[in-house]
Amino acid sequence: MSDDTRAKSTDERAVSRRNILVASVALGGAAAAARAGAETLADVPPREPGAELGAHSERSGFVKLSRVPEAGPGVRNVDPADAINSKTPIGQLVGNLTPTDLHYERSHSGVPDLDPAKHRLLVHGFVDRPRVLTLQDLMAMPSVSRTVFLECTGNGWENWKRADPMVTVQNTHGLVSTNEWTGVPLAYLAELVGRRSSSTWMLAEGDDAAGVARSIPLTDEIMSEAFIAYGQNGEPIRPAHGYPMRLIVPGCEGNVNIKWLRRLKFGDQPWMTRWETARYTQLLADGRAQQFQLHMDANSVITSPSGTMQIARGYQRITGLAWSGHGRIARVDVSTDGGKSWRQATLEGQVLPKAQTRFGCDWDWDGRPARILSRSTDEHGDVQPTRQQLIDRVGTNALFHYNAQQTWAIDESGRVTNVLV
Amino acid sequence: MSWFSNATAALLLALPVAAVAGSHPDFGRAPSPAEQQLWDIDVRPDGQGLPPGSGTAAQGRELFQTNCEGCHGVAGVGGPKDRLVGGKGSLATDKPIKTIGSYWPYATTLFDYIRRAMPYQAPGSLSADETYAVVAYLLNLNGIVPDTARLDRASLVAVRMPNRDGFIPDQEYRHVHPTKVRWAPHGVRYPAK
Repeated sequence: MSDDTRAKSTDERAVSRRNILVASVALGGAAAAARAGAETLADVPPREPGAELGAHSERSGFVKLSRVPEAGPGVRNVDPADAINSKTPIGQLVGNLTPTDLHYERSHSGVPDLDPAKHRLLVHGFVDRPRVLTLQDLMAMPSVSRTVFLECTGNGWENWKRADPMVTVQNTHGLVSTNEWTGVPLAYLAELVGRRSSSTWMLAEGDDAAGVARSIPLTDEIMSEAFIAYGQNGEPIRPAHGYPMRLIVPGCEGNVNIKWLRRLKFGDQPWMTRWETARYTQLLADGRAQQFQLHMDANSVITSPSGTMQIARGYQRITGLAWSGHGRIARVDVSTDGGKSWRQATLEGQVLPKAQTRFGCDWDWDGRPARILSRSTDEHGDVQPTRQQLIDRVGTNALFHYNAQQTWAIDESGRVTNVLV
Repeated sequence: MSWFSNATAALLLALPVAAVAGSHPDFGRAPSPAEQQLWDIDVRPDGQGLPPGSGTAAQGRELFQTNCEGCHGVAGVGGPKDRLVGGKGSLATDKPIKTIGSYWPYATTLFDYIRRAMPYQAPGSLSADETYAVVAYLLNLNGIVPDTARLDRASLVAVRMPNRDGFIPDQEYRHVHPTKVRWAPHGVRYPAK
């Protein structure tokens, strides 16, 4: 690298940092002010002894990260009692993992804090040896740890029919998160209880007030991959995410990953619970509905720059997240001209099956209005659809499984807004 | 798929069930039939799981006014929570209204859901008779059973919901075949898609 090039790239990085700072003013104002205040190295505050060591570590006071509770599509800033979900600030996160306390949440009847000494898991139905198990029992069994994304089937529901231009990526795509989960393989438990080969479906039921219950088809894929988790990112699962135990079915819609799991019942047909009939079915344009649409399809979104951010002319690092419920992300393409031309982005982290993958690419913004979007392809060749392709297939009443390419518009002033194309 | 070798997986898939199951240490305890029954609340469309008992639409009306109206409105319309009545013919329009009458494919689901999750503040507090009664009232409000209806196990299973044929199960799960996947210390494999 020549000296000139090095100087230029340092400038670019400086611009880039300023862009990021400007973009995060709304939610990270203190951090931006403090760092922007150090115009020369002499302005950087002197070192001094820090706070005492505590029992657990807190986030920096300069970093403001929080989820957004929501009562329904676009219904935010509600009384917490009315919220039905809480969205991850994916526009401010880096890497592939979601911090535990910022993992999105969707609960149907509040968040119980269950006493593990009293909690029990009943496994029965088409089995030779029904069992009542404790958390200690599960923790004594062989375990697996796996990094997977969970996604609420309602993720993206802001954009089915109309677009609020002033919406952040947290609000368009904040119902997806990736954590490492630890627990007992379903196949191990199935053998423990002597699951009969005639059992092709399993009911999983939660211990929340609503007793949320889903019928899960026991395909080879699900039998191989599903597990009953008690660990989340190295610690016991947090109450909001199912303490003391939950089902994890990698790649499948959030609702089947039953939280506060208390019962598994094997059978030979689905039970047709409310959640797999009246909810979480995808209404098509002809009035019929797709049912047991469990896998989340190939998806991606640019998280920066994204909705309501402000960018400056010059170098931009476009970055975002891609995921597919069918397997690994194979490639991500990015367009800065509204989808007319594409170039391949770099996959920037570990590419794990059924987990979110960070992508990025360089862009030099010339100051003219632009439209940026991403398109992911998974290892099976499934390509994330355009909005029009998705709507041609399922109409605009579907409400669930929205995975269309997300377009952000940038006007002459550098303002980034949400658009439907 | 990278957790294990194909050769290991093939070997494991070939093992008879009993041999693998027999190698497990035991965990937990066997439930008594009585405690299984206590928790075994799920109901299938063929009626499996429905308890004895019965209730009338008239009884259900009173129960609804006491327990449900605050959230679902008078006669199931206009409350802050889900609308329960009407919407027939709306599913293919730009403003679909999903209710028990317009959307739910099975009456057994209504029994299961009310018994496990309602009333919101005291789920599980309705008796079997009361649950049949509330189901009868809601089906009557939707014009599916007459206002003189008394529902029990047999008559509930016989109810045909208006949107019974409105659902298309994902192709992958129309016919689920028995899986031969076995647990193994080094993981198990599933066929590539």
